[in-house]
Amino acid sequence: MKLPTQWLGVAPFFIFAIMFLILPTLYLMLGAFQNDAGQFTFNNIVGIFDPPNLKNYMQCQYDSWTSWVDGNCQLPSILAAYWISIKISLASSLIGAFAGLAIAIAIVRGGLPDWIRSATLTFSGVASNFAGVPLAFAFLATLGRLGLATVILNTLFGLNIYAHGFNILSFWGLTLTYVYFQIPLMVVIIVPAIDGLKKEWGEAAATLGATMSQYWRMVVIPVIWPSFLGTVILLFANAFGAIATAYALTGSSLNIIPIVLYAQIRGDVLHNAHLGYAIAFGMILITGLANVFYIWFRTRSERWLK
Amino acid sequence: MKAGRFWAWFVFALGAAYFFIPLIATVEFSMRMRRGAYSFDAYKVVLGDARFQATFGYSVLAAVFTIILGVLIVVPAAYWIRLRLPQLRPIVEFITLLPLVIPAIVIVFGYIRMYGSNSPLPFLATDTGTNALLVIGYATLSLPYMYRAVDTGLRTIDVRTLTEAAQILGAGWGTIVTRVILPNVLIAVLSGAFLTFAIVIGEFTMASLLNRPAFGPYLQNIGANRAYEPAALAIIAFAITWGCMSLIQILSRFAPKSANRPN
Repeated sequence: MKLPTQWLGVAPFFIFAIMFLILPTLYLMLGAFQNDAGQFTFNNIVGIFDPPNLKNYMQCQYDSWTSWVDGNCQLPSILAAYWISIKISLASSLIGAFAGLAIAIAIVRGGLPDWIRSATLTFSGVASNFAGVPLAFAFLATLGRLGLATVILNTLFGLNIYAHGFNILSFWGLTLTYVYFQIPLMVVIIVPAIDGLKKEWGEAAATLGATMSQYWRMVVIPVIWPSFLGTVILLFANAFGAIATAYALTGSSLNIIPIVLYAQIRGDVLHNAHLGYAIAFGMILITGLANVFYIWFRTRSERWLK
Repeated sequence: MKAGRFWAWFVFALGAAYFFIPLIATVEFSMRMRRGAYSFDAYKVVLGDARFQATFGYSVLAAVFTIILGVLIVVPAAYWIRLRLPQLRPIVEFITLLPLVIPAIVIVFGYIRMYGSNSPLPFLATDTGTNALLVIGYATLSLPYMYRAVDTGLRTIDVRTLTEAAQILGAGWGTIVTRVILPNVLIAVLSGAFLTFAIVIGEFTMASLLNRPAFGPYLQNIGANRAYEPAALAIIAFAITWGCMSLIQILSRFAPKSANRPN
């Protein structure tokens, strides 16, 4: 009778996790390597690298990093969708991470009044959870064609950002929007790490004759590096799986991978159910790899910290 | 140091501009509905919309059920791991972090394939089943936040002594969890609950793919078809998120600050 009482408390948790988190994910991962008859195959994975799969669904393809080509429709590929997703996630997580770090250092170490620190932290808590469809609305109202910022820049400074190639429904538009929840998330996570820097370390470094830049380079950065890197990866995964903001902002016109998968789930636009599994598998692989990379990095840096 | 302070102000001002301009722009845009004058017409239209009320009510209900389910799963597990099975902690922590790694769209895709009408567990065959699956999906999404909140709460109380005291007084496990442990971590549970609420209330992906009449898909629909109402809805959503976060902050003032005993 020892076993049941011992495991009873955690049983609901494990049953829930296995049924609704682990098994559904495994199901998709296995499905990615099966054909309709249930036999093992690599064809679905290979299918990701085939260009013409989205022929019937996507009308326009994202041409290059920054420009939007209207009326010049080409066949996009699943691979291109992955690539755009990776680029947007990388750009938004790196910009968000460095901007968030700068803000965190400014409010913790910059000698600003206390109320600024607490107000920033409160606001960050809100803004990091202000994502999804409403965030897209806010940026359309700001930087859309009739948005306040667009209009003011045009009337006051004569700068028509849309004439200069900017578009909210584009790579940089979406990146700029994602940064709105990426920066605050970085601030919320990294402020405790910066708080953890002991004052004595700075004094010790100064006593030993270290300059400000040496102190930062040899003390501060190595100490906050693991939490910083970990947060960058969290931000990356955060942006990579996000769909609501992009979908509300651009409809299905910006061809990022979660939107392709969304369309596939809704209507089997790829005409191959197992190709959908392969896309899901690829998404897990990318976020999973990012995490492996992080763990590897962290063990390395922990060795240095000892 | 003076230069440092200048740069600190500079960075702060830049950040403040980036974060406040969209909010101001959205407020301004939401009030432009009446030609030539600022008005709250867009808000009136939105709040008076029957579909707004219906979908919002649906999502509130889903959020409440999500919180209940999350508490039922997380509190016993976190408690038991602190008390009896500390060796399971790394595994459980790893599992609770998985929803941050596996995108929500992948999780719900798995549900659709695994729990369809022809499967051994046909959740999707009935309306009630699909609603339940949505709540389950939301509970999965909130797992990282719920677990962390409850675990932090448990760290501040002396789980072992409380349990032993309750046992000496003749309490069973049910009584211990519901009448001793839960009240002690109530504030932590509530902060997890409000965070869950903020995440769930406007969630789009799962609700849309499970075809539920929730607030997220409604928002998306309005965004695709209207001009000024989306801005008003964005402000309402921001206010809801703000409200949830403020409640968490207020609650944290009542929470015990440090552990009574390191364990």
